[in-house]
Amino acid sequence: MRGAGRSGVLFLLAPALVFIVLLFLYPFAYGLFLSLTKADGTFTFGNYIRFFADARDLRTIWTTLSISVPVTFINVGLAVPFSYYMRRGVRGEKVITFFLIVPITLGTVLISEGMLSYMGPNGWLNQLLMALRIVKEPFRFTHNYLGVVISLGLSGFPYAFLMLLGYVSGISPDLEKASQMLGASKIQTFWRVLFPLMVPGIAIAFCLNFVMAFSVFPSAVLLGQPSGPTRVISIAAYQWAFEKFNFNAASSISMLMAAIELVVISIVLVWRGRTYKGASIVGKG
Amino acid sequence: MKDFKRISVRRMTKRFGDRTAVRDFSLEFGKGEFVTFLGPSGCGKSTALNCITGLIPITSGEIFIDDECIDDSRDKVPPEKREFGMVFQNYALFPHLTVRENVAFGLKLRRLGKAEVERRVGEALKLVHLEGYAAKYPAQMSGGEQQRVAIARCIVLEPRLLLLDEPLSNLDAKLRVELRYELKALHERLKVTTIYVTHDQTEALALSDRIVVLKLGAIQQVGSPSEIFSNPANLFVADFVGYKNAWAARIETMKETAGVLEAGIKVQGHALNVRLPYPEGDRRRAAIVEAFRSGCEVRTAIRPEDIKVGSFPGMNSLRCVASLVEYQGHSSQVSASFAGDGAEADSRARIDLRSAIRVDEGDTVDTAISPDDILVFPDPSSEAAGEGAQGCPT
Repeated sequence: MRGAGRSGVLFLLAPALVFIVLLFLYPFAYGLFLSLTKADGTFTFGNYIRFFADARDLRTIWTTLSISVPVTFINVGLAVPFSYYMRRGVRGEKVITFFLIVPITLGTVLISEGMLSYMGPNGWLNQLLMALRIVKEPFRFTHNYLGVVISLGLSGFPYAFLMLLGYVSGISPDLEKASQMLGASKIQTFWRVLFPLMVPGIAIAFCLNFVMAFSVFPSAVLLGQPSGPTRVISIAAYQWAFEKFNFNAASSISMLMAAIELVVISIVLVWRGRTYKGASIVGKG
Repeated sequence: MKDFKRISVRRMTKRFGDRTAVRDFSLEFGKGEFVTFLGPSGCGKSTALNCITGLIPITSGEIFIDDECIDDSRDKVPPEKREFGMVFQNYALFPHLTVRENVAFGLKLRRLGKAEVERRVGEALKLVHLEGYAAKYPAQMSGGEQQRVAIARCIVLEPRLLLLDEPLSNLDAKLRVELRYELKALHERLKVTTIYVTHDQTEALALSDRIVVLKLGAIQQVGSPSEIFSNPANLFVADFVGYKNAWAARIETMKETAGVLEAGIKVQGHALNVRLPYPEGDRRRAAIVEAFRSGCEVRTAIRPEDIKVGSFPGMNSLRCVASLVEYQGHSSQVSASFAGDGAEADSRARIDLRSAIRVDEGDTVDTAISPDDILVFPDPSSEAAGEGAQGCPT
């Protein structure tokens, strides 16, 4: 009777398991298998060895990190003060939130296209800057490192902000009052009470933003210089897969991407664990 | 701690848009006093408390500590510089810090030496009986323990004024009583000037030197617990401290003597003798005399436990029919109607009484009320119409 009940309950897990197996475990395992084989299916480490031996491909790791790490720091770094300021709601919050969600819904391609015309050499922005005599000749916002950084900022900041806003506004206002009554200034209250309590949110926002930025593709192609300074790791994978039709090499690159992301996420989570000691025990507050 | 003699709040008012949360609030309290703000939710007691701390800016009025003005509604000493301590209903402990770190929070901000911080934290935790808990996190403790940490966190700083905002409301009944005793003992020992906010009359009566009863942001009465309990200023205060039986009545006869006012009143056709302990010059006495002269309706206020079952010489006797009996152990809470009224009588003419003798629903009960146990107040709707309003409220 009891056994039957329990297996019945476990059966409810089936749809989720099917989902995970079909959409995550199988593709991942298949990719891992491809990366460790030659085209004929024999086992090899060759794909990885080739990547590390190829200076141009190896450099993509550095290129991608040099874009994604600063972008993530900027996004999360801006999201912290913004969400702090808006934690109790501000006038026009709905409008602000709307404009923040729009970039998420539009997707990177549309943002890139918009930026190309708006921030391009003959775009409004440069015309304005020249009219105001801030610059003499058009400033290059696009087709370089800066262009990719700006577009990743536009698409990544809303995620970080909305996530952190949820975190900060969930902190009881009484904690701030208590801190103030104990003699802390606003700044001391922020660093001693709010920031430590935001750390778990900051860590998650950082991880998500980093993963999104690290796997950047469309804006690196459209807004950057995909052949040189913004040849990110996903471009390398794309070229191996769809220009050289070597899926085994492409898979090894994607496995390396996953590995690098995991390393960065681990570093962030270790930081969180060190900074926020109460993490595992605190349920409310 | 800077020494002081008294804290004065003068005509403090707080408006939120059109709504006045605190109205013309004036109060003085001396060092070491335990003052309670008592009132139902929404009466402005918490707002008044937050205004005194400076966490909520006041619209007008002034707050002084002796001659030092800490708030005149334009310039104010910020809350963090007032050296006040505050305890919250939901404890407001910092969840990422241990008990020791929570209690040391304010001391560290004051840049005290490590040894002194350690010593004072230890003393404060001992004072609230939490010696062994220093390394725990708040979430690992019960509500009562958490609130004791919050109290320790305040008193370790030796505040000039300790403010407690419904500190026991989140606790279960048993813990509430325990912690109430501890608060009382702590105050006896430290003599910290304290403002305590509550909606619970038992807490207010048990703890306070003085009670301030609030309604809609305005002070109704300030007095010692026994004054508030046995001599409420108006029907609202009476209702709040446990008086029931607010029957509509008319004053038929009146005899004015030096200390008391003797009156014959009529309720639902029953004549009752009343002896009101209002001395000459008392506002309530003047109001009753006025009501008698103009023939206006008044309201009675009688505690359920002051209505005795049986006949007693020299007391008003009243016959009633029990309609609802709630057994409560040592006595029963009985709701009854005046004999002859029928069950569907006006709710303003219900008799609430406590009976140690067994009463069943439908029983006809003879009760007795001492003339000293009946209070009479002007009908509150006439008070709302303003002082000196002519004619009776309808």
